[in-house]
Amino acid sequence: MSFQKSKFHHPRLPVNDLGLTYRDYEGALSTLCAGCGHDSITSAIIQACHEQSIPPHKVAKMSGIGCSSKAPNYFLNKAHGFNSVHGRMPSVTTGANMANRDLLYLAMSGDGDSASIGLGQFAHVVRRQLDMVYMVANNGVYGLTKGQLAATADKGVKNKTGELSIFTDIDLCVMALQLGATFVARSFSGDKKQLVPLIKAAISHRGFAFLDIISPCVTFNNHPKSTRSYDYVHDNVVTGAIADFVPVKKEITSDSAQGGCEDICLHDGSIMRIQKITADYDSKNAMKAIVDIEEHKKKGEILTGLLYLDPTGSHFHEINNTTDTPLNQLDQDTLCPGSRILSSINDSFR
Amino acid sequence: MAKSVESNKIKSNQKLEIPPAINDFVIRFANTNGTGSASANNMFAKAIVRMGIPVSAKNIFPSNIQGLPTWFEVRVSEKNYLARRGGKSEIVVGMNAQSLFDDIDSVMPGGFFLYDSSKQLITDQLRDDIHYLGMPISAICQKEYQDPRQRQLFKNVIYVGALAALLNIEFDALKSLVGDQFKGKEKFITPNIYALEIGYQYANQHFICPLPIKVERRDLINDRILVNGNTGSGLGAVYGGATVVGWYPITPSTSVVEKFASYCERLRIDPASGKKNYALIQAEDELAAIGITIGASWNGARAFTATSGPGISLMTEFLGLAYFAEIPMVLINVQRAGPSTGMPTRTQQSDILSCAYASHGDTKHILLFPESPTECFEFSALSFDLTEQLQTPVIIMSDLDLGMNDHLTPEFIWDDEKKYNQGKLLSAEQLSEIKHYGRYLDIDGDGICYRTLPGTHPDKGAFFTRGTSRNRQANYSEKSDDYVDNMLRLTRKFETASQMLPQAEICQSKIPADMGLIYFGTTAHAISETMDQLKEHSLSVDTLRIKAFPFNHQLTKFIKEHNRIFIIEQNRDAQMRTVISTELQIDPAQLYSITNYDGLPITSKFIVQGILNKLSSKVVTEQVS
Ligand SMILES: Cc1ncc(C[n+]2csc(CCOP(=O)(O)OP(=O)(O)O)c2C)c(N)n1
Ligand code: SF4
Ligand SMILES: [Mg+2]
Repeated sequence: MSFQKSKFHHPRLPVNDLGLTYRDYEGALSTLCAGCGHDSITSAIIQACHEQSIPPHKVAKMSGIGCSSKAPNYFLNKAHGFNSVHGRMPSVTTGANMANRDLLYLAMSGDGDSASIGLGQFAHVVRRQLDMVYMVANNGVYGLTKGQLAATADKGVKNKTGELSIFTDIDLCVMALQLGATFVARSFSGDKKQLVPLIKAAISHRGFAFLDIISPCVTFNNHPKSTRSYDYVHDNVVTGAIADFVPVKKEITSDSAQGGCEDICLHDGSIMRIQKITADYDSKNAMKAIVDIEEHKKKGEILTGLLYLDPTGSHFHEINNTTDTPLNQLDQDTLCPGSRILSSINDSFR
Repeated sequence: MAKSVESNKIKSNQKLEIPPAINDFVIRFANTNGTGSASANNMFAKAIVRMGIPVSAKNIFPSNIQGLPTWFEVRVSEKNYLARRGGKSEIVVGMNAQSLFDDIDSVMPGGFFLYDSSKQLITDQLRDDIHYLGMPISAICQKEYQDPRQRQLFKNVIYVGALAALLNIEFDALKSLVGDQFKGKEKFITPNIYALEIGYQYANQHFICPLPIKVERRDLINDRILVNGNTGSGLGAVYGGATVVGWYPITPSTSVVEKFASYCERLRIDPASGKKNYALIQAEDELAAIGITIGASWNGARAFTATSGPGISLMTEFLGLAYFAEIPMVLINVQRAGPSTGMPTRTQQSDILSCAYASHGDTKHILLFPESPTECFEFSALSFDLTEQLQTPVIIMSDLDLGMNDHLTPEFIWDDEKKYNQGKLLSAEQLSEIKHYGRYLDIDGDGICYRTLPGTHPDKGAFFTRGTSRNRQANYSEKSDDYVDNMLRLTRKFETASQMLPQAEICQSKIPADMGLIYFGTTAHAISETMDQLKEHSLSVDTLRIKAFPFNHQLTKFIKEHNRIFIIEQNRDAQMRTVISTELQIDPAQLYSITNYDGLPITSKFIVQGILNKLSSKVVTEQVS
């Protein structure tokens, strides 16, 4: 069941540029387990959208099937959502985006949804360069079907019932990098400071943005032997750089040059401000990002943060040369060639 | 005839002569796949149409790109009998050494076999009841052309030239066709006409022309055009306002999308910016193809996908979602002979059950059954209105014969006054006026609720589309009452649908005949001939052509009014009969079925024989036409 939240507003809640409060970005009350990582992702999305003054109704929330795919019900009540079928969110989002290129497509998927049943659709939506934000809640298991190992589970770990992960794990960030995603990041649902700016940047990015978010399943994968438990992730995340998001309207002050920060200008004029932690961090080198991910993994570490960004990358409509007006808004006069042309077409068959 | 036979010194035969026939014969071309014969054969058929004489043309081709035998059968009929006639042909053009013996065998006794005599035919074991017309086509090409490709291609044109002389085809009709075919590529016109002339003159010099079977100018075409159904479907989608297509290639549906694309390249480019007013995505598979279609339709674009049987199987999970979540979408199914890969280049009507009830749970879909390329065009355009009005998938049930073969069909018509109908779709203004919006409220009592699109209104009308059970407000609910309420409303919606869909076509005398014939789709091509043949047996029948599912009272009434009902279909298991008896609660024992499923289009002979057998209460076992 879904439960509606109370509509009571505190009179002094801060409002954004649209005059909307945080609560205007909320959704139905979550029915996920208390402590589920997915709920933290939900609240990071709410915060990011509110702070960035995204008109909620200009968002389309897309998902497949799984606990993670239910999450869109719990944010942005004023946006339409589409909880589609297991593993097929990428194709549905592709179609939706074809119909209306002007909406913001915020998509939520799980690691089962994207790395197993939907791996093919995941790969193809990346290479199609769809303009969307693709978020995967990575918990190493299938939450909704009660804890079977996911294809993202590290080789050698066991799930709660003691089943051993015997095959090589699939790393969706590595795949996204290989297949030409122009924005790739990994984060942790428990680290809002890192996650919120990454979501904002992914929203501002034009083109395909992929965010793999480690999101512990408290019910089925939070035990001591897990590499997706809160404790393990807390202890083993590393990052190459801290990425901060500076929105368009904030004037860029002189401190941008400070402390060796690098500014990357995004398509909408906002800025990704990168403060390196490791000297050789390079957001422009996809191959190096792949190597870094794998090397950290060998050490049992999880590399997070912005892994790759090409702010000049293209996207489907640009490549297709689609008209600027959303296709769902073209009228009959534009679409229908009419009877006169039809009679000349008829003549070609005589 | 003697001249040709003697001059070729193969077999002499003065005994058998087929009766002379004007504008009433079948000619069969035996070619090798990939040798460019198709365009020459099409030119042949079209030339006869340009002489005002009806033809039907059928490609019988293998699932192969190059090298295997392929046939093209043209039936010339001034009576407008445009189904396959079946049986042997008056004249066969044998251009394929691989299938030579079969091809000789396919000539009617007393008929003609035109072949390439550059190599000697092995004369023993040859039938002596037909006429052999040998023409050294390869040798001529060897002499005339240097380029090996031309040597191959012009063989086809040369035999068409010869046939013009043999069958009395107006040479000018062929010349004008060449001109049309190579408009803009003028340098090809002269060599093609030259090749036609070589054949024409060779035949005139060596054979007695014309043969007793021949054509004669008539004026029987009227406003008809010669075109295939897939062109109709693709063009109908352009006229119906489709902007998004997700697809995955599969014979025989591929050309629906190819035609859509080529018309869009001409007709859907924004004149100011040069940008596309459409988006076409060749998806990774049929699951993605239908996902794209559903996503686009959900977001308010008119979208479709086209596929065939195996693709339908992959799409079924999504079809269930679209049914339950009430999302419009158009699916064009060009049926082929299954199961599995089956005979992928042969025709059948064998996806009726898999489409009518595609998906898990209680599902049901709207089906439209076009009979002609004209109806492919009309139904394709109409389906976008229907799917938006009814908020459920619409499946167009074409087939390989309809989709890929050229048919003489009434010209396409579009009424400029007709406006697209998006059904119950709320605008921002309408939403502002509504006090309370609920996605699944049946306000009008017809089972159809009001839809909203993402991005319409700042704070009204948003809901969560899902395949999970929900209440009328679109909130997740597993209450049994909510589920049942919803399913009953969907049933109500289908009752509404049955009144909105194209009505059956009924031919019935004032006093109903004893027998009623029910048919649909391409079986229609054989019906007028069937009726005439039944008349010869002093049998009169009424007919009903099904155009859509779910059925309405028309069909029930027709069945009740006739003592004997025959259902004619092109599948093994009498799938339409199953649907009819289930849906209308009719005892299947009352419905006799005549089923043709050999992969070739049904013939009137087959239907008539099936009826006669039944009437003489012979058990109809396996019948292959
Ligand atoms: C076609 C199909 N197969 C199986 C299922 C059952 N199923 C539902 S969710 C799920 C796995 C979800 O895992 P994940 O995407 O990782 O999401 P999580 O619940 O872990 O967030 C499965 C197997 C289904 N809904 N559909
Ligand atoms: S089962 Fe796991 S993933 Fe699902 S809601 Fe509970 S904690 Fe979250
Ligand atoms: Mg999971």
